[in-house]
Amino acid sequence: MTLAERGLNMTDTRALARRLRGHALRMTHLSRASHIGSCLSMADIMAVLYGAVLRLNPARPAWPDRDRVIISKGHAAAIVYATLAECGFLPIGELDQYSADGGRLSGHVTMTVPGVELSTGSLGHGLPVACGMALAAQRASAVWRSFCVLSDGELDEGSNWEAIQFAQRARLDTLFAIVDYNKIQSFGTVAAVSDLHPLADKFRAFNWGVTEIDGHDHPALLTALSSGPIIPGRPTAIVAHTVKGKGVSFMENQLLWHYRNPDAAQLATALAELEAGA
Amino acid sequence: MRTETIDALTAYARGAPDVMLLTADLGYSVLERFAEALPKQYVNVGVCEQAMVGIAAGLALTGHRVVLYSIVNFPTLRCLEQLRNDVCYHDLPVMVIAVGGGLAYGPQGYTHHGVEDLGIMAMLPNMAVACPADPLEAEALLPQLLDRRRPAYLRLARSGEPVLHPAGTKVTLERAITLRSGTDIALLATGPILGRALAAAQTLAARGISASVLSFPGFRPLDQQAVLDAARGHRAILTLEEHMVTGGFGSRVAEVLLAAGLAPRFGKYGVTDALRGQIGSQAWLLDRLGPVEDHAMALL
Repeated sequence: MTLAERGLNMTDTRALARRLRGHALRMTHLSRASHIGSCLSMADIMAVLYGAVLRLNPARPAWPDRDRVIISKGHAAAIVYATLAECGFLPIGELDQYSADGGRLSGHVTMTVPGVELSTGSLGHGLPVACGMALAAQRASAVWRSFCVLSDGELDEGSNWEAIQFAQRARLDTLFAIVDYNKIQSFGTVAAVSDLHPLADKFRAFNWGVTEIDGHDHPALLTALSSGPIIPGRPTAIVAHTVKGKGVSFMENQLLWHYRNPDAAQLATALAELEAGA
Repeated sequence: MRTETIDALTAYARGAPDVMLLTADLGYSVLERFAEALPKQYVNVGVCEQAMVGIAAGLALTGHRVVLYSIVNFPTLRCLEQLRNDVCYHDLPVMVIAVGGGLAYGPQGYTHHGVEDLGIMAMLPNMAVACPADPLEAEALLPQLLDRRRPAYLRLARSGEPVLHPAGTKVTLERAITLRSGTDIALLATGPILGRALAAAQTLAARGISASVLSFPGFRPLDQQAVLDAARGHRAILTLEEHMVTGGFGSRVAEVLLAAGLAPRFGKYGVTDALRGQIGSQAWLLDRLGPVEDHAMALL
């Protein structure tokens, strides 16, 4: 059952998304870590996925019938740990230990944290592993699904396209790739660096079912993430158009916030903006 | 030893439905026997080694033991980071079977010379590295590595390697095997180059030099006690490997000796930069290194 169905009071995914953004802002401020922009762009995806869609059991992280989620954009670790803490996989107080000496919350997602399925941080690793999981589900006729959250920049990695090709051939119809398409990668716009457009058509050409949505629209996310495969017998790509730094005006669409962390004044401003947007 | 190994794998997997074999579209005329016997446990993922390792990790994270098969550099160097992060860091039961180890595909050119694989694989966390010398060692090591349920690398040559051990020889990953006992020099070998060590020992005997010959099926873990015993029982040690002599078997043996404060006369017989770019049969290429007995004599 989903967390919401178990009465974990996460049905208000918008409120959850605000809390996730707040956690990630505080975590990057305290740790002086990078990648807050990448965290903010996927906050709504995480809130809807974990708050309303996934079948998980925080008391049994290894529950065999759980849905699997691989966060291939492992640099967005702050929002991942924040999500898992909100779900009950780890204490919320531990989030203060993000990237801290001797802590377990490394700056890229690591499997030593309960609820994490795969350590990531080098791009292009997640989708092949998600394919393996979906293949295992197919072999077992299992009901659980495999989700993989990717960045747009990491689609430069050829290993993803190996996996995209394999997934359609293997008819992995319980596999869902979610692209956090925030249009900015490490050195500039995705358009300038890799010219990924037309992304949805690329997936279509590989025989995937594709839906394009506003990645900050919760009802649209809920529909896309809760539905079965768009094409029967084929994997599904959810191209989620997002805004890097979403929710904090001075971070939105700014490459700088791929690297910079908020100082105390910026944190206060950002948290106030989140509150005002409530 | 390819065929014997796949036969052993097929026999093992019959009784272990969690074992899957993945290939990156290589193994023609070798893997069919597995695919036909156990079609539900076999996937040809296509020519995509990086994805293959990731897929293996995903299967392993959901209860499978996965065996990967390809030509030496492709399932190792091409996808090194997938092995490091996805398989080894997570300590998953994924075994890479590489064929064409060393110079077995010598005429095919430098891309097909697997001469850095052992050293690199042995640096990865949790990885066992096995380098059988003959079909008997290969058959024996395969089930041991699968039973271990952890990352493993099994380096094979190709086909037609002679059996070097007497039938019934006990082969384990952890222990070196003594094939010949002498007093002057110990020839320590890993892989099919053991055959050259045995031949050299005979030649040396004719010259009045008494040589021991040991086979090391395990590259990692390395049988350190056997190395120390060899150093204490002989004036000299010569290591033999079909691998770069920098960072390979000889280097590992030297580390063991140095740490123990032992300093026998020491030499390494193996691939050097001089072979890079040369093509030829395995035997022809190894002959470029000079006779093993000459390397041994130089130490005495």
